[in-house]
Amino acid sequence: MEQNTAAAVKPKRAKKPSQTSGMSRALVRRETISAYCFLAPALVFFVAFVVIPMFICVFYSLFDYSLGGINGFVGLDNYIQLFQDPVFHKGLINTIIIVLVAVPAVTAFSLWVGSAIYRMNAFTRSFFRCVFYLPVVTGSVAITVVWKWILDPYNGILNQLIGTNGYNWLGEGKTALACIILILFTTSIGQPIVLYVAALGNVDNSIIEAAQVDGATKLQVFWKIKWPAIMPTTLYVLVITTINSFQCFALIQLMTRGGPMNATMTIMYQVYDSAYRLYDLGYANAIGVILAIIIAIFSAIQFKVAKTD
Amino acid sequence: MSANTATKKMNKHVDLTGTSTGYKVFVVIVLILVSIFFLFPLYWIVTGSFKPQLEITSRVPIWFPMEPTTDNYARLFEHPAFLWLFNIVFISGMAMVLTCITASLAGYALAKKRFIGRAVLFTIIICAMALPKQVIVIPLNQEMTNIFHLNDTLWAVILPTVGWPFGVFLMKQFAETIPTEILEAARVDGAGELRTFMTVVLPMIKPGIGALAIFTFVNTWNDYFLQLVMLNSEEVWTLPLGIAKLQGEMSSDFGLIMAGAALASIPIIVVFIAFQKYFTQGIAMGAVKG
Repeated sequence: MEQNTAAAVKPKRAKKPSQTSGMSRALVRRETISAYCFLAPALVFFVAFVVIPMFICVFYSLFDYSLGGINGFVGLDNYIQLFQDPVFHKGLINTIIIVLVAVPAVTAFSLWVGSAIYRMNAFTRSFFRCVFYLPVVTGSVAITVVWKWILDPYNGILNQLIGTNGYNWLGEGKTALACIILILFTTSIGQPIVLYVAALGNVDNSIIEAAQVDGATKLQVFWKIKWPAIMPTTLYVLVITTINSFQCFALIQLMTRGGPMNATMTIMYQVYDSAYRLYDLGYANAIGVILAIIIAIFSAIQFKVAKTD
Repeated sequence: MSANTATKKMNKHVDLTGTSTGYKVFVVIVLILVSIFFLFPLYWIVTGSFKPQLEITSRVPIWFPMEPTTDNYARLFEHPAFLWLFNIVFISGMAMVLTCITASLAGYALAKKRFIGRAVLFTIIICAMALPKQVIVIPLNQEMTNIFHLNDTLWAVILPTVGWPFGVFLMKQFAETIPTEILEAARVDGAGELRTFMTVVLPMIKPGIGALAIFTFVNTWNDYFLQLVMLNSEEVWTLPLGIAKLQGEMSSDFGLIMAGAALASIPIIVVFIAFQKYFTQGIAMGAVKG
């Protein structure tokens, strides 16, 4: 314990000798105690409602757990069943389609909007930022119910406008997933735009001006100066958009319930469906564990790719 | 597309940043068109909530309520909509207060204290934030039912929201901007830990608390999945949840649903616009420096 303390403090001591040179072990111990007092309330909540549920999730995924309670340990049976389940296959494919379409579209479009508005005057900038953030604030339920009306076969304005009276956008496998992705897109770009506006505003202007004096084109300025400077933001946007797309739930539950014929089934929706329609909690938790692993892999890949670029 | 390239070619005028006026006009036009597309659902909710049944089910588009009526709202309040509104305000407000308290204390300690286990703790928090929040909701429900016996109460939504570590992370980012010298000076002056926090730290991280407050409030209000799983009885439903349930029951009564959607979204939009500055600052802070 004591050795750990010394090791932990050493690098800081090297950096700022004036502050820590007098820091004795007793002081470190005092700091540790007071730090944990400050951390205690947050840690209690974090452990009770994030860490423990994670373990419960993994734990229950190894049991046959249905409406009547736990019916015994089944080992990896839930996982084996999962990999043979055609609904899971469909859900996995749909989820990957949603992520592969929504994430690049959201990132590219928010970068474009960000670059377009960040040099405008403060009022116009915050106006556009607000407009694109509104669907996020409005909330997934309100946005979903209004879209359901817009897309309604007879009373919806979309069919009335384009003259496809009676076409059921959400009832046809071909268009249902596309509609979900489009609405997901509108509710996802708010935060990335805010991030890009902030990041682009922080790019050092003198470098850009110097490059322009040297005759750099707009594209060169973008790719050689701005793009590397906003790379951390792009990485963050990629990761949060991926996590959000994987977790897209309200849209599906309120619009299609995974239908028609599992055309909009996703992994996240199957977690809910297994738990609350089929009452197979062990199975639902196993899907949850797989979803967490898939998201972790995706995030790791994005980190890797973005770092090597 | 062709119009775009044409204007680009026509316009030889180029300003200092290398952008032609034609391209600028194109950008503004596209932005306005996309804005209309983004604002339309909200417009449709508000106008729809005042449309009489006949205009709702009309087979031709009616862009504006011709004979505005509050009938939809009257039918909404036949359900306990006020109670649902109170529930969601209570949940969001409570989660906001508790998150701000726990996160500012913890964020300060993580940013400014050198203690055993700090690096490990920080790594755990970052990893937890990358996990899908919704995956733990179903085990959380089991935990609330079997251990805490809080299932089907408003606290079943509030407590997990406070546990989510984003707030700690955000407050750590803000607390790092406090100069260590000031804290040293307070210590030399003999101020205790708690007093240092209250009189020195708290005033300096105020903008951060503002950002976290508004962020937590809006996100809790809109965390539909958690509400759906935790709240079963009608008297603990929240407004968004109530609207979703109503839509499931009477999916063709769009007027009623739009009235509910308006009631569920207008308050939160007003809050957002009023505190927009804090909000955008908080989002940017959570990422750019992370």
